[in-house]
Amino acid sequence: MSIKKISKIQPNNFEFNDENFTLAEKFISNYPKGKQKSAVMALLYIAQKQNNNWIPLSAMKYIANFLKISYIKVYEVATFYSMYNLTPVGKYFIQVCTTTPCMIRGAYKLVEACKEKISKDEKKLSSTSDSSWIEVECLGACVNAPVVQINDDYYEDLNKEKMIKILDKIKKNEKIQPGSYRGRKNSEPENGRKALIRT
Amino acid sequence: MLKVKVNDIDLEIEEGLTVLQACEQAGAEIPRFCYHEKLSIAGNCRMCLVEMEKSPKPIASCAMPAFDGMKIKTNTPLVEKARKGVMEFLLANHPLDCPVCDQGGECDLQDQSMFYGIDKSRFKENKREVPEKYMGPLIKTQMTRCIHCTRCIRFAQEIAGIDEIGAIGRGEDMQITTYLEKTMESELSANVVDLCPVGALTSKPYVFEARPWELKKTESIDVMDAIGSNIRVDTYGWEVKRILPRINENINEEWISDKTRYACDGLKNQRIDTPLIKTNNTYEKIEWNNAFNKIFEKIKSTPSNKIAGLTGDLTNMETLFIVKEFFNKIIKSKNLDCRSENIYVNTNDRKNYIFNTPLNRIEESDLIILVGANPRFEATILNLKIRQSYIKNKTEIYSFGDVGELTYPYKIIKNKTDIIREIIEDKHDLSLAIKNSKKPIIILGQSLLKIKSSKYVFNEIKKYLKKNNKINEDWQSLNVLSNNASTVGSYDLDINNSENFDSTVLSKIQNNEFDIIFLFGQDNLKFKKKNEFVVYIGSHGDNGAEIADLILPGSAYTEQDGYYTNLEGKIQKAYRASYPPGEAKEDWKIINELSSFIKGKNLFINKKDLDESMLQYLKLKKTKKFNDILDNQFQSEDILVDHFDYYYSNVIARASLTMTQCRNEKLKLNKTGTEG
Repeated sequence: MSIKKISKIQPNNFEFNDENFTLAEKFISNYPKGKQKSAVMALLYIAQKQNNNWIPLSAMKYIANFLKISYIKVYEVATFYSMYNLTPVGKYFIQVCTTTPCMIRGAYKLVEACKEKISKDEKKLSSTSDSSWIEVECLGACVNAPVVQINDDYYEDLNKEKMIKILDKIKKNEKIQPGSYRGRKNSEPENGRKALIRT
Repeated sequence: MLKVKVNDIDLEIEEGLTVLQACEQAGAEIPRFCYHEKLSIAGNCRMCLVEMEKSPKPIASCAMPAFDGMKIKTNTPLVEKARKGVMEFLLANHPLDCPVCDQGGECDLQDQSMFYGIDKSRFKENKREVPEKYMGPLIKTQMTRCIHCTRCIRFAQEIAGIDEIGAIGRGEDMQITTYLEKTMESELSANVVDLCPVGALTSKPYVFEARPWELKKTESIDVMDAIGSNIRVDTYGWEVKRILPRINENINEEWISDKTRYACDGLKNQRIDTPLIKTNNTYEKIEWNNAFNKIFEKIKSTPSNKIAGLTGDLTNMETLFIVKEFFNKIIKSKNLDCRSENIYVNTNDRKNYIFNTPLNRIEESDLIILVGANPRFEATILNLKIRQSYIKNKTEIYSFGDVGELTYPYKIIKNKTDIIREIIEDKHDLSLAIKNSKKPIIILGQSLLKIKSSKYVFNEIKKYLKKNNKINEDWQSLNVLSNNASTVGSYDLDINNSENFDSTVLSKIQNNEFDIIFLFGQDNLKFKKKNEFVVYIGSHGDNGAEIADLILPGSAYTEQDGYYTNLEGKIQKAYRASYPPGEAKEDWKIINELSSFIKGKNLFINKKDLDESMLQYLKLKKTKKFNDILDNQFQSEDILVDHFDYYYSNVIARASLTMTQCRNEKLKLNKTGTEG
């Protein structure tokens, strides 16, 4: 992991929309009075959701003023956590897990697929700029390795061909089905449930 | 009291101390990087590990509170091994560039790796490289050397009050930076250079100038403001290379302002090194004797009441005293003053012109009111103390008029003298606050003492505070904030000879009523010259020398011994660290020689004689009782806080390139490309 780079192209302005504004206030009210700065992570997440899945500097400034803390404090948090994106990402944001269990089950083949279909380097937008990919640490679904997270959903039990199919569908803006791609239900064994069955 | 055992030494310590402090009291040295007495505890460098009985692992002594019956060991093989391990990790990513590092020779990491480290590295991998960060014209960064102790972050946040430095990223990739690499906007910023235990933050103006062991160190007193910070002047030959703070818990603790630290390069520029005389609008070199002769002739042909003198803002007390004697005995004139602006001062009582609350007790206060003062620029260390008070007991702070960012929140009151009258007449909310407050502090700035009704305002506030028992044996609430190092000393020595506390000398000078004017290091005088013969005695070619007909080269504060009285009224001695350039002489010597030229007799036999006479004068000083006629001269007017040009406030600062850079940075001026 290296330090996160800040996008060179930055929007001038950022403000929560009405819905997110009330949501932000709600998060702040979760904390005792005077401890409003504890809500910084939640607010960064809201800002990221609102701004196409990435946080511009103007949003950090806005949040700092919102919580009455200094800019650097928000900046520190935003650069610390890997799930805050500080550069624009695609509409389809693909996170490939390459931690040991997934790696053993062929995660790097999926990375290859991404390199072929999206862009040569991670964190870089595809030519149609609708998708980007990134290698991430354990997504916590090792039983269904190798795993890929696209936006909010997990796509499991993949191999290179299946990955390419998914990426092709994305390109055509077709709907893709989350879950196991080997016909498993959740993380049950492939040939049916073996334990915890009622006898 | 707690009973603790450190290395088989029994000792009793106060409650609330940490293990590290207990070990120090037992005389056991604990190596540390992140721990600092004045900052909060971080506990992230792990260098201070010690062994505690019943603990399977070594503990970080700086973050562990001491408790009763604790048994600590600091000299066991386990501790030694732990320190070696920590040291090895710290050095894993630390570059081996000590020979080209400015911190070399005074580096905590270097010293501690000699004592506690191992002699070779087992780290074969590539070292981490961190890009340099811009932190302004004072701080040079070499972030690869950073060991992430976070002292600088904590300093900026807790002491300086500017939340601008932070750590971005995480783990090995953590980087210390200002927000988007902006300049640190603080007058205390360069203290992070002293705090940095490694060479990550070093001094930009001092870069590659000298090694610490080559420098001659002289302990001295600062004259950039009236605080009288304790400093150490490091010289290499004649040149003052750098200025560092010296610890004085009662005054500056261990911080100094940026001007104190970096105006020293102004001691090299714009110096006057030979006597000069103005002929046909150009200055020509002249021998000392001829210069004295010229003055002698002028004085002979002028009646003594046509001769005036003004002393300067950096003048030391010996010079002030000999100037006073010179005017009394040689010239026999009373037209001597120290004020270059029309400032009201009542020197009958010393409490009328000093900062009565001791600086180290400001943090006890529960109410602070600033009247016509901007402590951030006028006295940075004082501002720090006010901030400490705010942090400690959430002190309510009020200011007449908006004076800008002060690093602590304050409430703004309308800057009208009418409000002061309302307070005095118990008609304002603040009256109640003052009455209820146990330890209020009222700070009167020079800007207030300049206004027309300053006499009324000052005396009424004093009366009001006395009436409400806020000025008593235990607590002095009325404070005057002086801006210059020489101000209090001048008043102590009664340099303001005028009868009714107004600066009549100044107004007469400005009305061109004198024929000869002596300027003793006085550079802030604003007047239109006509036919006066102006003699300037001082160190720098600045405003004073510009209007002078005869210039005599004097010395700066690092080039002569001299007493200074700080704003609290503490007398301190600044020691000579260097010597005057060229033909320049120490200030007192010039006056002494001039007197002997005129009268054929020295005023004082030597410096010791002068010192003793001056101290004797201060001791025996009888307050002359002038009648301070208190006519009710109330006037409704604005209390305007003068814009204080922090980086250009005196001759040395104005001659300093570093201060100019800082000022430009502050004004966001773009470089013209012609500054060389």
